[in-house]
Amino acid sequence: MRLHKFMAHELFEKIRSKEISILELIESCFERIEETDHLLHSFVNLSKEKAIKKAKLLDNNLKKGKKIGKLYGLPIANKDLICVKDFPTTCSSKILKDYRPPYNAFVIEHLIEQEGAIHIGNTNMDEFAMGSSTENSCYGPTNNPWDLTHVPGGSSGGSAASIASGQAILALGSDTGGSIRCPASFCGVVGLKPTYGRVSRYGLVAFANSLDQIGPITKCVYDSALMLEIMSGKDPLDSTSVDIRVDKYTQELKKPIDKKILGIPEEFFGDGIDSEVHRAVKDAINKLENLGAKIMEVSIPHLEYTVATYYLLCMSEASSNLARYDGLRYGIMSDNLSGDVYDVFSRTRSENFGPEVRRRIFLGTYALSAGYYDMFYIKALKVRSLIKNDFDEAFKRCDSIVCPTMPTTAFKLGQFIDDPLQMYIADILTCPVNLAGIPALSIPCGFDNNGLPIGFQIIGNFFDEKGILNIGYQLEQELNIYRKIAPVTKGG
Amino acid sequence: MSLQKDVIIGLEVHIQLTNLKTKLFCSCSNDYRGTEPNSHVCPICIGLPGSLPVVNKKAIEFATRIAIALNCKINKSMYFFRKNYFYVDLPKGFQISQYNRAGGRAFADGGQITLKLNSHKKDIILNRIHLEEDPARLVHKGSIATSPYTLVDYNRSGVTLIEIVTEPVIGSPEEAREFLKQVKSIVQYSGISSLDLEGSVRVDANISIKGHERSEVKNINSFKEVERALRHEIVRQKNQLKRGKELIQETRHWDDKRRITISLRTKEFEADYRYFPEQDLVPIEIDNNFIQKVKDELPEMPSERSLRLRRDYNLSDFDSDNLVLDKDIADFYEEGVNSDALFGTNEYKQYCNWLMNDVSRVLNEQNKTIKDTKLHPHQIVDIIRHINEGKITTKIAKNIIDDMIDGFSISEILEMKGKKRISDENLLEKLGIEVIEENSKIVKDCRVNPKAIEALIGRVMQKTKGQADPHITRTIILELLKEKGITE
Repeated sequence: MRLHKFMAHELFEKIRSKEISILELIESCFERIEETDHLLHSFVNLSKEKAIKKAKLLDNNLKKGKKIGKLYGLPIANKDLICVKDFPTTCSSKILKDYRPPYNAFVIEHLIEQEGAIHIGNTNMDEFAMGSSTENSCYGPTNNPWDLTHVPGGSSGGSAASIASGQAILALGSDTGGSIRCPASFCGVVGLKPTYGRVSRYGLVAFANSLDQIGPITKCVYDSALMLEIMSGKDPLDSTSVDIRVDKYTQELKKPIDKKILGIPEEFFGDGIDSEVHRAVKDAINKLENLGAKIMEVSIPHLEYTVATYYLLCMSEASSNLARYDGLRYGIMSDNLSGDVYDVFSRTRSENFGPEVRRRIFLGTYALSAGYYDMFYIKALKVRSLIKNDFDEAFKRCDSIVCPTMPTTAFKLGQFIDDPLQMYIADILTCPVNLAGIPALSIPCGFDNNGLPIGFQIIGNFFDEKGILNIGYQLEQELNIYRKIAPVTKGG
Repeated sequence: MSLQKDVIIGLEVHIQLTNLKTKLFCSCSNDYRGTEPNSHVCPICIGLPGSLPVVNKKAIEFATRIAIALNCKINKSMYFFRKNYFYVDLPKGFQISQYNRAGGRAFADGGQITLKLNSHKKDIILNRIHLEEDPARLVHKGSIATSPYTLVDYNRSGVTLIEIVTEPVIGSPEEAREFLKQVKSIVQYSGISSLDLEGSVRVDANISIKGHERSEVKNINSFKEVERALRHEIVRQKNQLKRGKELIQETRHWDDKRRITISLRTKEFEADYRYFPEQDLVPIEIDNNFIQKVKDELPEMPSERSLRLRRDYNLSDFDSDNLVLDKDIADFYEEGVNSDALFGTNEYKQYCNWLMNDVSRVLNEQNKTIKDTKLHPHQIVDIIRHINEGKITTKIAKNIIDDMIDGFSISEILEMKGKKRISDENLLEKLGIEVIEENSKIVKDCRVNPKAIEALIGRVMQKTKGQADPHITRTIILELLKEKGITE
């Protein structure tokens, strides 16, 4: 039976009512993977044997009437930088080839061990989450399921492609400057970046630790809300996770939005925005108005500085976060052991980090160096607080901000690979959200003339995931395009 | 010009908080000594991808204790910082530390220790104290220079260190020695660390001759070595100047085997540690209530105690200052003198002399602290009574103090002395070999626990009904263990 067209919560009902078995569902996913992944390359490592074993076990337990978790039997794809005990977790980097963590990330513990989701494999990504196209992977790129000659976005490109194509039912991503929302937008799926501190980062391999957040990537808003309910909350092992009540996100989705005030920042609709994207987003805003929401002009005046600020900070942090990969304790070490320990470290790192990672380590190291620290790092922190202020001011006047997720639809594979600055600029509408630490949701709102999806972004105030999910759900129901499954072909 | 006036010394004293149960950022055991290498580790202290640090609240409390004891000003809000550098002992490629520049603050600023020198008092002003994590321990076969490999033991990785930084105000190696004596004492009173444990202290020293560039001497691994290293470095610098060579700013390494300092790197090759805030940790907030609570729980500090002992027991400044240096000795003293209601000024003085002269001599000889012995405060009271009542002479008393430290009472000792003492080395060696063969478990224990040897001596005593000469027996057993490669 072809089950990949169903939403996660619908499949959960089918499992609970024993209309389908979990084994059927898992096998259907692996069939779909077999059929499409040689074209897409969403996955870097599959866990078929273990998944089937667990499916049988869960089916059995269900028969025996045992208590079932909230994601019982649902297949989940995991981004290759969230630690799964004893499973290769490599950040799509050569330097972590075959690395198997001895522990589960907080989110894995909750979604899989406690609530019964089934891990089907790890998905491709830009190496150490550095990129917006999933082209910077040691395993090669993932292709966009709507048009295989285009990128799926990044860095969580494998997760988004797996959801769009029906290979997986739920997926995990991580978002440092847009790495969940960008691929969600390019692949036409739902992606949520929670408030910084909403979800524990324990077990998430750090790229830029003051910006990173784990979030769900799903076919529909309801499924993201469902995952977020489970993933959120204070974790004693992550000091930056926040002890604030976790809302019942799924129960808030159907509330009317006629009292909502939606902020439209003109800076987010500037010159760089593709006209088709512009039109589709404006149409969606009209639909929200029709549902009763009020529109309010707001301003994020420092938007033009966000890309520079974001890259300075994330590179600085990355240069330190990635210092541990020296090959001594785990991962790969250079075969050439001549010279002293520093020679071996240097060789190991030069040979096994990809060019984008090396570039960011160099630039970050430079920005933190004596004599440059004040000019770059400290200055970037100051601009960061200005951007935070901009959002604070905006949220005094509106409940949520709506805008495009990406300035364009998915670009061609290889289009920007030699032009990193162009690639960086594509993050202009997503990275301000990470700098401010607030949550944002991307949902599909239409297609361009080439049939590529367009993403609609809803940005919320601190810990107002409830609000943006509510708006996202209402718009999704109104647009009613979320059941479309990507064709996994070359575009016309 | 005298040697003292033109020398400027500043010290950075790193102290492991050995009395903590767990490491600074994870729940691994803090007590790594004598453990199987790399057995006290977890994803956090070996820096596995995805792991995050969580601050040990007890470490904050301990730092607060020492900051109060040193009269520092504790900062109410501060970040940890990352100190970035590559080395095999640093699993994350950075050390989580604190920093008082680049927007950072130390744990506490200022503070001082007052030294009583021969003719005058001197305040050694502190710059700051801060918390940081210890790197892993490197183990070499033989000396660093000749070892064919380096082994890394991460059991020490993440253990809490407190760093005490002085202003450059120390004028001589002797002042440095006096300063460290006081530091050791205050640390002991604060209950945060046992500085007698090997590796619990590391000192870096900045040394300069007035008007010239300074050198930083690293790797001084005990308080005793500090004075030696400073003396050497001052002579080296002066000799350079005498030969007409100008000094350069450099980092030097103290080679404690050869007892010289060796140049490691000059200023232009100094590492740039790229300090920046550790954002995996939230700021530490310390409020006045917390500081007051910690203050209330601190015991009387040595300087106050000295004043009180002077008052309560009519001791001289010299006696009271010396008596309070080691908290255990001072506690022992007070328990002893207070156990006899008839004691007065003379007995207080006598007790102090016995403790500071005769008992201390034996402790030094045996390299023990008073807590390592079986000596009870009441035994010294006994001695003083026996002498004052004319039952034994002072000379005899001095002869039996060694046995008292082994836990025998005066009457037992006098009885034993009446008997023939067995001091035949051949016989004792034969018994020693027997005991070692019969007690393999205790012998094994001797590898990690130097005190386990007492049990072996005790077995020989049993075999001789207490007549074996304990000192000869000890020497023989030590040699036997050494031959077997059990001890060094």
